[in-house]
Amino acid sequence: MSLVQDIVAASLIVAGLLIMLVGSLGILRLPDFFTRTHAASKVDTTGIIFLLAGLAVFEGPTQAMGKLLITIAVIMLANPVAVHALARAAWNYGERPWSNGDDSGGRKSK
Amino acid sequence: MTNPSESVIIVVVSRALARLIQLFGIYVIIHGHYSPGGGFQGGALLAAGVILLRMTEGYRESQTETSTAAAIPLASLGALIFAGTGLVTLAFGGYYMDYGAVPVPGVEEPIVRYYGILLVEFGIGLAVMTALVAIFDDMLGQAPGGDGEHAPAESTGAPPKI
Repeated sequence: MSLVQDIVAASLIVAGLLIMLVGSLGILRLPDFFTRTHAASKVDTTGIIFLLAGLAVFEGPTQAMGKLLITIAVIMLANPVAVHALARAAWNYGERPWSNGDDSGGRKSK
Repeated sequence: MTNPSESVIIVVVSRALARLIQLFGIYVIIHGHYSPGGGFQGGALLAAGVILLRMTEGYRESQTETSTAAAIPLASLGALIFAGTGLVTLAFGGYYMDYGAVPVPGVEEPIVRYYGILLVEFGIGLAVMTALVAIFDDMLGQAPGGDGEHAPAESTGAPPKI
């Protein structure tokens, strides 16, 4: 376990945590469903990928690292599509994006 | 949910993902002896792959996966394998599911137990997978012989499409 390996791993984990923090703030702060979905998808795609990449570096070349890399690949494949399906379902149900001057708070608008 | 999704992205990716999920389900079943997992968990994962395709490709397109007509007979077959493996050991004078009692010429007792457990896990996996698919089809109102009798009435709003 070299020092460089530790530093790279810690940097990746901290980067992932920062992305998760920004995404969490976005879920609380942004005005409507679509922008909040956008923020949430950053948490569980980019944030998790950075976190798992940090753990993979920390683990070194072992079987656990291979499992972490497979997990990253599956997350990269699945999460954006899940968010796409969510936003699509909301759009088809009649949800429309917030625009300037709209005070409905993201409620369903006809 | 009975109609295929109109989004090409969702259909194509779910086809790939369903195979990955089912591969992991098989891994969980055959590693059930000495790692977390087993027949029930693996069967649930296998069913998750089929149900994902039911939701995205549509009910009719995904009949090639596990057809609604085959679900209940296959669940019965899985339960038969599960219980029958235990009964075979009774026939050889052992306790119920005491696999070591089965004399297989040229094979050590621990190996017989190993394959006995694997067979039982396989039976449980088959039963759980097909039973979960049958439950999902029933909730869609597509149970065999049901001819849409239990289909939910059309709601007032537009149904959410994926």
